[in-house]
Order: sequence, then C-alpha cells, then structure tokens
Amino acid sequence: MSEQRLIQKLKDQTKELRFAMKVVFKNPLSMIGLIIISILVFVAIFGPYIAPYNPNEINLDDKRQPPNMVHLFGTDNYGRDIFSRVLYGAGISSYIAITAVGISTIIGISLGIISGYYGSTVDVIIMRVMDMMLAFPSLILAMGIAAALGVGVTGAIYATGIVGIPGIARLVRGQVLSIRETQYIEAAHATGASDIQIMLNHILPNVLSPIIVLTTLRLGGAILTAAALGFIGLGVKPPTPEWGAMISDGRNYLIVGDWWMATFPGLAIAIAVLGFNLFGDGLRDILDPRVRR
Amino acid sequence: MKLITYILQRLLLLIIVVWGVVTMVFVISRVLPGNPAEMLVAEWVQDVRVIHEYEVKMGLDKPIYQQYFIYIWQVMHGDLGISWHTSQPVLRDFMVRLPATVELALASMIVSLAISIPIGIYSATKRGGIVDQLGRFLSLAGVSIPSFFLALLLVFVFFYYLHWAPPPLGRIGVNIAPPQSITGFYILDSILTLNFPALIDSIRYMMLPTLCLAAGNMAVMTRMSRSSMLEVLRADYITTAREKGLSEKEIIWKHAFRNALMPITTLWGLELGSLISGSVLVETIFAWPGMGKYVVDSILFLDYAPVQGFVLMSALLYCVSNLVIDILYFVLDPRIRYD
Repeated sequence: MSEQRLIQKLKDQTKELRFAMKVVFKNPLSMIGLIIISILVFVAIFGPYIAPYNPNEINLDDKRQPPNMVHLFGTDNYGRDIFSRVLYGAGISSYIAITAVGISTIIGISLGIISGYYGSTVDVIIMRVMDMMLAFPSLILAMGIAAALGVGVTGAIYATGIVGIPGIARLVRGQVLSIRETQYIEAAHATGASDIQIMLNHILPNVLSPIIVLTTLRLGGAILTAAALGFIGLGVKPPTPEWGAMISDGRNYLIVGDWWMATFPGLAIAIAVLGFNLFGDGLRDILDPRVRR
Repeated sequence: MKLITYILQRLLLLIIVVWGVVTMVFVISRVLPGNPAEMLVAEWVQDVRVIHEYEVKMGLDKPIYQQYFIYIWQVMHGDLGISWHTSQPVLRDFMVRLPATVELALASMIVSLAISIPIGIYSATKRGGIVDQLGRFLSLAGVSIPSFFLALLLVFVFFYYLHWAPPPLGRIGVNIAPPQSITGFYILDSILTLNFPALIDSIRYMMLPTLCLAAGNMAVMTRMSRSSMLEVLRADYITTAREKGLSEKEIIWKHAFRNALMPITTLWGLELGSLISGSVLVETIFAWPGMGKYVVDSILFLDYAPVQGFVLMSALLYCVSNLVIDILYFVLDPRIRYD
C-alpha cells in the first residue's frame, strides 16, 4: 500500500470513529449504556481487589444476614458475603459472555465469508445448517449443548457461543454477497491474489463494522443465556459465584422473606444487560444509513 | 399459486427441516465431545467396566452411522428413550405434562396480546407522549431483566409481602381437589364439570406464572406493534383517508390496524420460541408440573434423554407453528399469493 493511500485510509477511519463517537455522545441513553459497560469492565477486572471478603468463605455464624454495614448486600445461607460474590461474579459472567461471543463471532465470520465468497454448493450447505440451528429456540439449543458437554464453565461457554453462530454467519454472508461484486475485488483477482488473501485482506475488513454492533448486542444476550443456564443448573459448578447460579441458590429463601440473596445478583444481570442493550441501540443508529445522511 | 399447492410445497420442505433437526439433535448428543454413558455413571462410579457396560446398553459401542440410523428409526416411532429418574418412556412423561405447559402458554399468549397491542398502537398514535416513553422504557427493561429473576421478584412481592397470590407451588392448592380430567387444562375442566372452587383456585395459581411468561413477550410485541403501526400510519392510503375527511378513529381501526397486524402475526410465531424457553424457567420457579419443570428436574438428576427429547420436540413445534403462520400469511396477504 502506498503511503498516500495509507494516510487516506487512516483519515477515513478517524472520520468514521469521530462520527461514531458523535452519535454515541449525542444520545444520552447510549451514554448511560457506555457508562454501565465501563463499570462492568472495571468490576470484572478489579472486583477481586475491591471485594471485602473471600467469596467462597463459609461462615455459618453470619448466615442469612440482611444487608448491613458489615455485609453491604447481606450474606447467604452459608454466611458468604453476597457483595463479594456479586463482584467476583462480574468477572465470571463477563468471561463466559466474552469468550462465548468470541467463539460465535470467529466461527460466524469465517462461515459467513466462506459461504458468501464461494457461493453455490458450499453456500447452500453452510446456510442450510445455519437454518437448522435457527429452528431451535436458542436457550433450548444451548441447554441441549450444555447438557451434552457436561456441567461446567466450558460447557456453558460452548453452548452460549454455538447458539450465536447462525445470526452472525447470516449477516456476514449478506454483506459478502454485495462486496464480492465490487470492482476492488475484481482488481484483487486481476493482481493474482489468492482466495484466502482476498477473503482476509479485502473482504474481512469491510464486514467488520456491522459485526461490532451485533457483537455488542450479543454480549448482553450471552450474559442472559449464561445466567439462565446457571439458573437451571447447567452453568458453573458450585461454589463458583456465577450470577445465575446465585439466583438459583437464593430462590428458596426468597419465599420465606430473605430477598437479598437472589435480588442483588439479579439486579447485576439486569443492569449489565441493560447497559449492552442501550449502547447497542445507539450503535445501531451509526450503521443506519438513514441516520447518516 | 393455489393454497393447496403452497401447503404441499411447504409440507415437503418441512420434512427436510424435520430431518435436519433430528440430525442436529443427534450431532449434539453423540458427536460433540462428552460421553453420555460416562456422565450417567461417573458421578458415582469411576469404573471403566461399568461405563462400558452402559455404553453397550445405550448402543454407544456401535459405529456412529449405525447409531444415527437407529436414532432416526427410534424417533420415527416416537421412541425418545427412557427417563431413568421416572422410569417411564420420555414421550409418555411429556404427554402427561403437556396440558399444564400448553395451558400456561396459551394464557400468557392471550395476556401478552391483550396488553401489548393496545399499548403499541396507542403509543404509535400519540408518539412521544407519556405512554410512548413509558412503553419504550418498560420494553427495554423487559428485554434486559432475566425472566426468572422477574418471576422471583413477583413471588416475593405478591406472595410473601402482599399475600395476594398463592405460594408458587403448582397449579392448584393442596387442600383443593383438581378437577376431573377431560382436557387436562384445569380451567377448562373445572368449567366443564362446573367445579367452581377448583376454577377459582386454579385461576389464582395461574396468575403470577402467566404474567411472568407474558412479560418477555410483551416487551417485544409492544415494540413491534408500535413500529408496525408507525410505518402504516405514514403510508399514502392513510393520507388519502385523512383527506377524505374520515375520523381519526376510523382511520386507525379500519385502515391502519388491519395492515399493521401483518408483521405482528409473524412475530407471534417467532415468539413461540421464547415462550418455550420461558416455560422452562417459569415452570421451575412456580413448581408448575409441566414439561419445562420436568426437563430441569431431569438435568438435576443427570438424566439427559428427556433433555434431548425436549430439545427435539420444541424445535419440531417451532417449525410446525412457523409453517402455520406462513400459511396464515398466505391466506391473509394477497400479495404473497400471486408471487
């Protein structure tokens, strides 16, 4: 790439970024979303340092205490500090969600590009398999996969990740179909670039921006799916402080009045997902050509 | 194209989809890493011989293609395996629990339609008003709050705190005999047998789970009917209707509403998926003796045949209902018919 073109490309990218920031900052709701996400990221990384107690430390003398100055969110039936568990849980839920979405994004993009680029039989086979996967309600498919892989973080990650593949693959394929016909792809062919080079260097960069939006929205969905899996007993193994499993632990105590055990992890999930949804809604405007004009 | 040709065409396609779904479930249960026999045994015994014994018993020692054909054969004959925690064929267990699930699902569908469509339409006609803002916020919150958490909050507030709702313990109170079973739907059966105590009690027990199951759908449906109505209100024929001097009421109900209904119909089919997923969670919380609770119980017992059966059944149900919606669409929308 000549220097001039590189500079032009950088300029374009800066313009794009500035536009994106403008849209996000102008929309108060997506700003709130961004703030929530930042807090979540902070807690996920530094949670273990902020947490006042060991999340798995059992202290039966302090069990089932309502929120107070010593235990901000109260304690559970084993006397474990719920505030610390919620903080640790942020890391676990984020880890599951990010790796899961990473899996669906990488596989989804690859399948989408291959499908759209090669077309014909390859396309038909890949897309029909994707359709089959979409025939399952997503949580149910995730349940099936998690049950087959066995209870644990890995199972939950794969289950949540695999469920997200078809949506991304379809979106990418649609994009690739139109990119494939453009002149610069033709030019790349003419210079003797191989299929893999074209897919990696020319198609991939151009499908990334809609994927970013979808990924953000997916992260919220992945947190929900992982929590639901944890809640029905297919997520992490106890005593790992995962939010969905914590709600499940607390639910029998809720009907006798100990509301805090399930409520705080539940609020944590709701706020985190709301953050991604608000931010994603704002991002969607960025890619909507009607807003751009 | 004639309706009959269309339906036949779609039925043929359905067969292919069903085959695909069955194959997918097979792949999930047999090809993915994870040994069902080992999972069944390993929690208690770590003996290789015992595991192998189970593998033979479950047919896992045969080559994969043979397992595949055996599986397809079994599914075609309605054999979804045996649940070992109830010692019954999975299909029979499903059938016993189906009415409870369907009753809850139907009730929540009716509730979500009755609430979300009017709100959606009202907020579209009064765009930016208080109802619109509130509706937008609530629907965003509805998508973000996990349904199982919402269910627990409702139980806490309405059962523990206000004492308005019965405890989350099934379909009917312990001291009231269930109605004589005709359809399996408690409400319908108690009406048919004129059993009013049972009717009142089953309605009481049904309120909260219905509301929880409806909540997620309501959020999406409100958003959809709002945007669909907005789209229609911008159409030329609405302008024409206005210029003809029709009243706003006539425009909305006679001209706009009917056309706005179309996309909502489609969504309704898609929402069935979330209803199935939701039933798993909501039934667990309310100890509702339906298929969803059965599946979660099976998971806790490490009993995976019912889980796979449920995955298969819900995908099939999902496909069939989408087919019905498509046919409905074909009947309702003349533009599709002549394509």
